[in-house]
Amino acid sequence: MNTIWNKYRYLLFRRTTQIGLLFLYFGANAWGWTILMGNLSSSVLFNIVPLSDPYAVLQMIIAGAALATDVLIGALIITMFYLVVGGRAFCSWVCPINLVTDAAAMLRRKIGVDNFAKRQPASRNIRYWVLGLSLLISFAMGVAAFEFISPISMVHRGVIFGFGFGWAAMFIIFLFDLLVLKNGWCGHVCPLGGFYSLVGKNSLVRVHHSEENCTLCMKCKVVCPEQQVLYMIGKESIPVLSAECTNCARCIEVCDDDALGFSIRKLVNDKKRESNNENND
Amino acid sequence: MASYPNEDHLYEMKNKTQSDRRKFILNMARGVGITALGGFIWSAYVDEVTASQLTLRPPGAINEVDFLKTCIKCGLCVEACPYDTLLLAKPGDNKPLGTPYFIPRDIPCYMCPDIPCVPVCPTGALDEQSVTTDGKLDINIADMGLAVIDRETCIAFWGIQCDACYRACPILGHAITVEYNKNERTGKHAYLTPLVHADACTGCGLCEKACVTEKASIFVLPREVAMGEAGSYYIKGWDKADEKRLEDASEIKTTTEISKETAMDSLNSDSEDLY
Ligand code: SF4
Ligand code: SF4
Ligand code: SF4
Ligand code: SF4
Repeated sequence: MNTIWNKYRYLLFRRTTQIGLLFLYFGANAWGWTILMGNLSSSVLFNIVPLSDPYAVLQMIIAGAALATDVLIGALIITMFYLVVGGRAFCSWVCPINLVTDAAAMLRRKIGVDNFAKRQPASRNIRYWVLGLSLLISFAMGVAAFEFISPISMVHRGVIFGFGFGWAAMFIIFLFDLLVLKNGWCGHVCPLGGFYSLVGKNSLVRVHHSEENCTLCMKCKVVCPEQQVLYMIGKESIPVLSAECTNCARCIEVCDDDALGFSIRKLVNDKKRESNNENND
Repeated sequence: MASYPNEDHLYEMKNKTQSDRRKFILNMARGVGITALGGFIWSAYVDEVTASQLTLRPPGAINEVDFLKTCIKCGLCVEACPYDTLLLAKPGDNKPLGTPYFIPRDIPCYMCPDIPCVPVCPTGALDEQSVTTDGKLDINIADMGLAVIDRETCIAFWGIQCDACYRACPILGHAITVEYNKNERTGKHAYLTPLVHADACTGCGLCEKACVTEKASIFVLPREVAMGEAGSYYIKGWDKADEKRLEDASEIKTTTEISKETAMDSLNSDSEDLY
């Protein structure tokens, strides 16, 4: 029992926050709850605190919208939050698409898709291109471009206000991740993930690796949706500094040897190490 | 690499950097190409879904172009509406995705005096000022659209007494009135026909909801769609305020081949300049 708890505690917390948030939103629309109203694009906490998606707000500003202060404050609050806890904590702790892509990744491991699809033919930098492109199109077309195609919004809006064909977006992403590209959507394409990677560049909460404890079993690399950030496994005792890490903590809980854990980043030291690292590459 | 590299080695290295560079350039070009293609498809799609689609917006909505820029699609207005009037467009609704709208024939806007849907909007896509008179919320000046009447199918124009729409209107007497006319066909009855007044109608759609014909014969359209435009060159000479526009009007003179000569000369000429 204890081991199961140890193996899945963070996963359980994550699923609880992801589903819990959606449930609060759903309750607000269905039964008039006032804890958390709206959706992940913009919401109000306890009827006072505005919370808004900073990436959506950025697109809207670039599109030339004159925005009211509420939504700007909301975006600021959310940005500050992820500045500290790691941008992509949004991905693994909040975003509903993560449920879909995690399921696809799990099934992919179970049925061994990777055995016959070894090559990963796409770059993980595509997301930054998509991010840039979304801003360019927002500017050119005068509307927030990603917001009109975002499967993330389709899904959270779907849960709260009714799906329509929105389930199709979910299904396509599931199949894409399962059959076409491992960690395809979240690990390669999603511009919101890319945006939060940039936001979290200097965040404080980091996964830390202790090389002395590591037995090189590589279980962490198997479960990690952003394997490239774990390049130091078995080599060096340093924190995971890449902001592409989603702080999902799966690596921490699958590790049997206490070689991974959360740490608060020491800004000065790590900065130096990071730049050293870049020079070595 | 302790030993001194011989020439072969150097040559190989040069070759390698060259092919590396070529690879890099090729990859760049491919990236740019795919981005351009993706961007093109993406833009075309956005253009398509944001094209005017006869969408009726909540009260206080700013003009459609700015609304599409400004609304963050949070649904707070939808949640605030006590009548479930407002909907958030889902894929398949054929409306700009995620934006709030309503279908009056299903559920019209009941014109709440406290307009709960407007102040909750975090972005300013719903503008409180546009529904405020003397510092108080005033739903009667909302402009969601304009009701128009199909005189062919409205049974009042057949001579059958109805006035369902008139009685449903929250600002009856201002936004809709009933006109009396003699029914020449029978010679002894009256036509009691509805008439919408564009300056007072809010487009709430209660009339459309109430209409008794199978498909509503009075229905709300976005104002830009329902109304024509006379253009600035027509001036109501009998209207003092409108005539003021003449004061800062400027004269535009156009000269063409024909108007170079006087009209008489032009008519008497060989007219080759007409062809
Ligand atoms: S990468 Fe995108 S879709 Fe995936 S979890 Fe993050 S925000 Fe959601
Ligand atoms: S390094 Fe660990 S916490 Fe970060 S994404 Fe990978 S598995 Fe999750
Ligand atoms: S005025 Fe009232 S009925 Fe009309 S859309 Fe707003 S909340 Fe709904
Ligand atoms: S409350 Fe405002 S921003 Fe939110 S959906 Fe309604 S109009 Fe759009």
